[in-house]
Amino acid sequence: MKKIDGLIFTAEMNFFNQFGKYVLFIKGMFSKPEKLSVYVDRTITEMNNIGIGSLAIVVIIAVFQGAVTTLQIAYQLISPLISKPVIGSIVSDSSMLELAPTITCLVLAGKVGSHMSSEIGTMRVSEQIDALEVMGINSSGYLALPKIIAGLIMIPCLVIISIFLSNAGGILAGEASGILTSEEYLQGARASFLPYNLFFALIKAFTYAFIITTVSSFHGYTTRGGALEVGASSTKAVVYSAVAILFSDYLLAQLLL
Amino acid sequence: MIELKDIHKSFGDVEILKGINAKFDTGKVNLVIGSSGHGKSVMMKCMVGLETPTSGSVIYDKRDFTHLEYQQVREVRKEIGMLFQGTALFDSLTVEQNVEFTLKMFTNMTPAERRDRVNFCLEQVDMPGINQKFPSEISGGMKKRVGIARAIALDIKYLFCDEPNSGLDPVTSRLIDELLKSITEEFKITTIINTHDMKTVFDIGDDVVFIYEGNNEWSGKVKDIKTSGNEILTRFIEASQFH
Repeated sequence: MKKIDGLIFTAEMNFFNQFGKYVLFIKGMFSKPEKLSVYVDRTITEMNNIGIGSLAIVVIIAVFQGAVTTLQIAYQLISPLISKPVIGSIVSDSSMLELAPTITCLVLAGKVGSHMSSEIGTMRVSEQIDALEVMGINSSGYLALPKIIAGLIMIPCLVIISIFLSNAGGILAGEASGILTSEEYLQGARASFLPYNLFFALIKAFTYAFIITTVSSFHGYTTRGGALEVGASSTKAVVYSAVAILFSDYLLAQLLL
Repeated sequence: MIELKDIHKSFGDVEILKGINAKFDTGKVNLVIGSSGHGKSVMMKCMVGLETPTSGSVIYDKRDFTHLEYQQVREVRKEIGMLFQGTALFDSLTVEQNVEFTLKMFTNMTPAERRDRVNFCLEQVDMPGINQKFPSEISGGMKKRVGIARAIALDIKYLFCDEPNSGLDPVTSRLIDELLKSITEEFKITTIINTHDMKTVFDIGDDVVFIYEGNNEWSGKVKDIKTSGNEILTRFIEASQFH
């Protein structure tokens, strides 16, 4: 029993130790930029990498997500007492409140997060970050801050696109299967639309964007060793981001709904 | 001039540097020699601020680098150039962008002025015309030379080189040595080279610091190295077959 207590204590201390380092890493980024124009250029490049680079996968996931949800809701609501627009209402609300922000960001944690972590981790193990430091550049600010700002701008945009395309997928699936017409779908979606739900989705998107970019950058930045450790950091970045997303998903739902 | 005053560095319970005192003069090629694992690289990292000494001071021309505020450290670092063992060129940038990097970050030069300076630095290291190549497209020796060009892009006062000849053939190795010597003399900078290559020591060295088990075992002029009377140093030289 003592041994288990000891292990739990060690794990707790390790968690707080890591969390402290994470907070210090974020704090360390915010110093006066050496040259603002360079940071702006890097942010635009990262916006392109995150936004345009992830657009295809977001489009595919969003369309299929909406289509499959429509079919499954229809399957579960076979009753003459339930009007067909209810299906549109449920799918659009689910897309906005949960599916589009959370699923999209879980996928982005895998795609964007692992890329960020391995990029920064490789720079760490090949002494490129040391080179930045010796030059007098705030390496964490130079490497991570543009990624975080770019993520905070582009990931909410991707989530909005995902919400829109989920509904488009729902409409397409409804029409293709003959379950409901686009008019019925839109009638339901409009009837249940609350602007607050969109606001909630955006709050989620900003939170997840911050988690994905900071957690991934942190794991890349603190990589030590060689190629094997870069891979391990990349995996950790994805796993920790995903867990943090799900945890904050619950927390936000509890606090804001 | 750079001065080390009683530098100690420990990692956990293991003490790597055990009170190093040394002086590195301006306009000279100062060599730090010693076997692998005796603390040369840790000492260099302490000097450039990549590691914080457990105690002691690193003085850059009367500025106590180890006790400066972060912003002041960054100012001193603008006067430092470093050639890393693995070159540490930014692999997502071209040769030109690598050399241009510090100019872009710290100066208000126009793009044309920057290009001129990049070309000047690349000519200094005898590497003209490779501006648009990526580090992955050039050889190890070329990378070292580009690394030197990047290090001297700003008007630096101090140049640090960690094992500049590692992994190079003898001919390229000699070229790099000559390059470091000529740059040191031409720009009147304080050059510090970590090496265990005795050929480099005898070819280009002015002053030598011999590190053994984390201590400054011997320091002096290169010409005195063979007559130092220090047994450990003599054994080290004999092992390198340059006696």
